[in-house]
Amino acid sequence: MNNKLIIKPLTGAAAVSEAMRQIDPDVVAAYPITPQTDIVMKFSQFVNDGKVTTEFVPVESEHSAMSACVGASAAGARAMTATASAGLALMWEILYIAASNRLPIVMPVVNRALSAPINIHCDHSDTMGARDSGWIQIYCESAQEAYDNVIAAMRIAEHEKIMLPVMVCQDGFITSHAMERVDILEDDKVKQFVGELNLPFPLLDTDNPVTYGPLDLFDYYFEHKRQQSEAISHVFEVTDKIYNEFEKISGRKYNRVETYEMEDAETAIVALNSTIGTAKDVVDTLRQKGEKVGLLFPRMFRPFPAEEIAEILARLSAVAVLDRSETFSGTGGPMLADIKSALYEKENKPVILNYIYGLGGREINPAHIEQVFSDLKEVQKGNEVEKLTYLGVRE
Amino acid sequence: MSEKGWKDLAAGGKITEPGNAAQYKTGDWRTFIPDVDREKCINCLFCYLYCPDMAIEVKEDSTLGEIKLDYCKGCGICSSVCPVKCIEMKKEEK
Ligand code: SF4
Ligand code: SF4
Repeated sequence: MNNKLIIKPLTGAAAVSEAMRQIDPDVVAAYPITPQTDIVMKFSQFVNDGKVTTEFVPVESEHSAMSACVGASAAGARAMTATASAGLALMWEILYIAASNRLPIVMPVVNRALSAPINIHCDHSDTMGARDSGWIQIYCESAQEAYDNVIAAMRIAEHEKIMLPVMVCQDGFITSHAMERVDILEDDKVKQFVGELNLPFPLLDTDNPVTYGPLDLFDYYFEHKRQQSEAISHVFEVTDKIYNEFEKISGRKYNRVETYEMEDAETAIVALNSTIGTAKDVVDTLRQKGEKVGLLFPRMFRPFPAEEIAEILARLSAVAVLDRSETFSGTGGPMLADIKSALYEKENKPVILNYIYGLGGREINPAHIEQVFSDLKEVQKGNEVEKLTYLGVRE
Repeated sequence: MSEKGWKDLAAGGKITEPGNAAQYKTGDWRTFIPDVDREKCINCLFCYLYCPDMAIEVKEDSTLGEIKLDYCKGCGICSSVCPVKCIEMKKEEK
């Protein structure tokens, strides 16, 4: 590999628009919404400056943005959009249509709280709500990860065994608006990596007419859902393969489940996105004091790598699951439910604590993470600890 | 129509062969079956015009032909519009 080293100072949003420029999709249909706006703004500048050949569709809502992507993708085009929060919520109906029609749309999402009360800052209630829409979900700690994973996601989505849309998530403002050093691949490398798109059954192939989205009642609908489950069952093997290929062109290795200092860990925190960055720092400090603590980051949240996660967590004595959203199920956050059910079959299960944190952009500091690790230590000592904590809320 | 399993269907419910509506036998839905009294029929062809499933045939000489039971879903519209009331909807024995 002789890559030219290209380093740019980029925000998470700019890193994603850079990836989109290099992918040069056939169609981008998008509507601006904070904090995703920077992605679309920068990308439309590329369109204006002739840096891409993309047909940019400035739609009047996110419902239309996703609808236009569905139409474009069915026509055989490589289609992308980006959104956040209420924008994702407005796409809801069409999210399912994109997945069910098996359209490989890639959508960067900048995680932001949902109204009400209105709030523009980071939490994960937007994408967590969409976790069962049939989309693949990839979460990113940094601008670099967001850049890399948007490129990799294109290949995962378009793989013949998959043909499903992918959300690539990063934290609103924390990642999307913070400047970082980002290693950029050469344009040609990206072009080569994503390759020419050749979708089966394009609507524009008028010699072989097809119908997308016909009425599908009790006699066939179930079979088509079963196909979707089958496609999902291939996502892990395909992702591994594509992450390997991506490593070859970038030198950067991604995993469905990322771990940090887990080899000999006795307790661990499970979290997503930028919180992992904060927590790594705390782990480093605690490790220096000889504490056997680690981190687990389910980079891929849909499908959920349950077996792999259970394998890693089952040997620990205590685990804290940090959820940056509430399910209002009365039983804790969304990730807690998945982690708990992943461990159900295991003989040895750790004690699991759940922390709802960071809602509406409430800060999560090293001190919070330290508190979580100290709670886990109390569990190890056999002391009673609250199972569900609202971390950082004022009482 | 023989119903295919999920492994044999085009992904996502796509219809990959055009003009295949004829394969969908809407006659499967039928509970009532139209019974035409040909003696009383005046060949006005209202029934042919109104049938939502094109299940009624017209002969070369523009008189009422057969009712294609593969497609007649038994809705009774023909019976309702017939000006001389010569189509009776009878419960079909299956
Ligand atoms: S019952 Fe309905 S479907 Fe059957 S022939 Fe009459 S109008 Fe057509
Ligand atoms: S509507 Fe009645 S009279 Fe007219 S063609 Fe049909 S069956 Fe005959």
